[in-house]
Amino acid sequence: MVLSSVLVLTIIGLVSAVLLYFLLQKFKVEEDPRIDQVQEVLPGANCGGCGSAGCRNFAERCVKADSLEGLNCPVGGAETMKKVGGILGLAAAESTPMVAVVKCQTVCNERPVTSKYDGALNCHISQTLFTGESTCPYSCLGYGDCVNACKFGALSISPKTGSIVVDPDKCTGCGSCVKACPKHIMELRKKWPKNRQIYVKCTNEDKGGIARKDCATACIGCSKCVKECQFEAITVTNNLAHIDTMKCRLCRKCVAVCPTGAIVAENFPKINN
Amino acid sequence: MKTFRLGGVHPHDNKITAAVPFRKVPVPEEVTIPLDQHIGAPATVCIAVGDKVKAGQTIGNPGGFVSAAVHSSVSGTVKRIDRVRDAWGVYHPCVIITVEGDEWLEGIDTSDTLVKECALEPKEILDKITASGIVGLGGACFPTQVKLMPPKDCKIDTLIVNAVECEPYLTHNHRLMLEKGDEIMVGVQILLKALGIKKAIIGVENNKRDAIEHLQSLLPTYNISGYDIEVTPLKLKYPQGGEKQLIQALTGRVVRSGAIPAATGAVVQNVATVFAVYEAVQKNKPITEIALTVSGKRVANPGNFILRIGTPLSAAVDMAGGIPDGTGKLICGGPMMGRSMVHLNTPANKRTSAVVMLDESEAVRGKVENCIRCGKCVEACPMGLEPYLLSKMSKMEMYDEAEQHQIFDCIECGCCAFSCPSNRPLLDYVRLGKAQVMSIMKSRNNK
Amino acid sequence: MYISPSPHTHANVSVQKCMRNVLIALLPAYIASLYYFGIGALVVSLISVASCVIFEFLITKYLLKRENTISDLSAVVTGLLLAFNLPSNLPWWIVVLGALFAIGIGKMAFGGLGNNPFNPALVGRVFLLISFPAQMTTWPRPIPFNTAYLDAETGATPLSYMKELAQLDVDTTSSATALRNAASTLESVPDYLHLLTGNIGGSMGEVCAVALIIGFIYLLCTKTITWHIPVSILATVALFTWPLHACNPLTMVDPLTQILTGGLLLGSIFMATDYATSPMTHCGQIIYGIGIGVITVVIRTWGSYPEGMSFAILIMNGITPLINHYVRPKQFSKL
Repeated sequence: MVLSSVLVLTIIGLVSAVLLYFLLQKFKVEEDPRIDQVQEVLPGANCGGCGSAGCRNFAERCVKADSLEGLNCPVGGAETMKKVGGILGLAAAESTPMVAVVKCQTVCNERPVTSKYDGALNCHISQTLFTGESTCPYSCLGYGDCVNACKFGALSISPKTGSIVVDPDKCTGCGSCVKACPKHIMELRKKWPKNRQIYVKCTNEDKGGIARKDCATACIGCSKCVKECQFEAITVTNNLAHIDTMKCRLCRKCVAVCPTGAIVAENFPKINN
Repeated sequence: MKTFRLGGVHPHDNKITAAVPFRKVPVPEEVTIPLDQHIGAPATVCIAVGDKVKAGQTIGNPGGFVSAAVHSSVSGTVKRIDRVRDAWGVYHPCVIITVEGDEWLEGIDTSDTLVKECALEPKEILDKITASGIVGLGGACFPTQVKLMPPKDCKIDTLIVNAVECEPYLTHNHRLMLEKGDEIMVGVQILLKALGIKKAIIGVENNKRDAIEHLQSLLPTYNISGYDIEVTPLKLKYPQGGEKQLIQALTGRVVRSGAIPAATGAVVQNVATVFAVYEAVQKNKPITEIALTVSGKRVANPGNFILRIGTPLSAAVDMAGGIPDGTGKLICGGPMMGRSMVHLNTPANKRTSAVVMLDESEAVRGKVENCIRCGKCVEACPMGLEPYLLSKMSKMEMYDEAEQHQIFDCIECGCCAFSCPSNRPLLDYVRLGKAQVMSIMKSRNNK
Repeated sequence: MYISPSPHTHANVSVQKCMRNVLIALLPAYIASLYYFGIGALVVSLISVASCVIFEFLITKYLLKRENTISDLSAVVTGLLLAFNLPSNLPWWIVVLGALFAIGIGKMAFGGLGNNPFNPALVGRVFLLISFPAQMTTWPRPIPFNTAYLDAETGATPLSYMKELAQLDVDTTSSATALRNAASTLESVPDYLHLLTGNIGGSMGEVCAVALIIGFIYLLCTKTITWHIPVSILATVALFTWPLHACNPLTMVDPLTQILTGGLLLGSIFMATDYATSPMTHCGQIIYGIGIGVITVVIRTWGSYPEGMSFAILIMNGITPLINHYVRPKQFSKL
């Protein structure tokens, strides 16, 4: 009895093994082994920040490419790309580490609140209905589509002010939040040491008077900062100033002249005066 | 009694204002006329700042094939041509006119006399409709002339007049049928002539018995020289006024997925549109006024109003007694499909049909609980979809699956969210998913 | 001003209201069970309901750390249904154990109301049936206003007679004594009047057919459930047992007796219609009902348990996702 069952099971096992072996041979997919190696060194977050559909897809693109120009993993940064270059025998392209910023002050007492949203908490849904609970049509809605899009836990909604807060240490600059925001409030900017950052924290394109009425800290397009900047980093289009992150040298002169406080300087030591 | 086959719900109809005749809202000192009161491209301005305009004068020409002309609703001077924010904070191109007197363009008959005879050829009728900027006044604002010129392969045999008014609170169509029955009948004859057919069905929901009887009493007068107009009462059920549902209820024909309603051989026009057609063709009067129901359980003096396009909605609401204390929601349109507004300082236009004011207790949504899979949304869906599944798919961005489950068939009637015992925002997510799937399908077709 | 996407109005329904309707519908049967089983029924039902509510409260508060959901009354319904499925002389600690299993494993382990694949009350009952077969299959005899609890006088149920009949061997029935046996057992199956009024042995809530049917009518009138599931189950049982009865009237009872005995009515009206565990579409619900009917009759006739309703419902609960996947509602554009 025992013998026969052991025998039967062994035979089944053997037959299956042989069958599996031949099937494997028949349906084998030839694949460049380097794809696996490249994937190994990638962060594996599948965030899509590189423009590919996940890390595997990016690895395939890297292996196929003749040079790594234009291929960059924003999450892993230069170090990862150097490793990828090492595997493939290619030189890694230069890349600047980036970090996301929120271009809206969103502090509710700065803006007159006119209504209370009562629908599903999703920015895209409320965006199709109206422009937000405050009068400013450009402002952050605050329902956290960007927070949900972030795979690294770098974004959060401040329970005190309801505004979106970026943790620059966790942010990898993948750009998921930029794509997720229906109001185009998130921007990727160059990452500075000590997470210092200077940018226009506003997206209001209305004329000065209207913008001012909507929000006390709106950019009114007065161009004072443009005149002040020595590096020609600031431009004003559609009544809205923008600081080119590649030209900016963090001199902070624009911050001092901004009449509404729309230009902010983050993580600088406090000036005592 | 006839009704559509699948799903549907029975919201309390609250037709408080059914017995209140129309009142005219005085012409304001300044009107703001949006140039995009229709689906399709905004109208292109054909006047300049400082110009003197008369009521009924064209101020914007159609900006494309699917577009409509815009007319001045008052006489006066053009003050500004600018972007103006509406009640939702969205900018619209608008013409702002300072009112001076009330002078109409020559040739426009503003009297109430009934003009029965229409000697125009179908082509001339269509031209007049196009020139008068007529759009579907049931809420979709689709240019009427486009609907009256269906593609060659659609053989039209029936005109359906949508006088269902299935939204709770709304009564202006009901009043229109009672007060302007003859004009509507002439309008139907004109539309039949333009389409080159003889058969028309006016579908009215059975809660408007007096309107049904009034229209039926007029039939013998107008069913002459081959015209075959009939008035069909329909069983009370929301969303009977949905184009697809109405065609199915009245003719038994079904609009297939992605097909236009005209493919079934029926053209649907709202009863208010029919009246507008009558005014345009027989009286040369373009759309300069709209009918508006102002209603709500605690509104002091609810009623039906006629106001010039560009008048702020607050003017009509003030005549109705203002916003009552404890109001939690202002709705532009009915409570099932209307849009809630932030304020009333927004111009009346061809899209507006009602202002409904809900108490705070009615307005706030209930607490969202787990889906208990009761299937009430599936039972309620008039399109035979599975809202619980579609909303989950939209939330999880599973757009391929949502497309397989025909999310694009959704008519956004709100029956699912209305009937959900767990207060889940089903339609919010389905609407989002539908928009995404439609854009994915569009970009795929363009490839 | 509040602002939200449409619709801005809501049907006057909520989970709590649905559950309250179910509780009201259970009331007649509950009164009947108090009448027939007295103190025992009261003790078992109170312990069951209280422990279900307490377990749900404790689990949501300390294990899941979520807002508690006891106010939706679903725990009360589960507790009452569990009690309805137990003999009224069951020791209290077994009831508490059943409630813990029903709420803990049957419901909260899956994420609470709506996420449970199986009917929690039945999960609890079947757990007890398998763990304590002796206690779970001795039923007290119905004595009006009985004051005995654990020491209540027990007796056979109609179903046990029916099982006895069905298991009589066909060959032996030909012999005279066996025939006489069969005839006497058949006579011990109570008549319709007893079955309808509930003057029979059984689990505390299942005995009184009239009270259950009153509850069914109430649920239909308030549109809490639709007719599809109960009617398809009952019709299937009737259609399936009718030929069996016709072929062998000696060992098979007639279809009406089948329907009125055991947990069939309780199960088909209150347990199989549980929202979360039954199919979404009417067509799917009918398939589900037919499945339950067939499995019940098969277990009753050929299985080793006298009653198959709980197992039938649980098996079909398991198949529900499959039914939901394949049975789609009729779409408007394909009418």
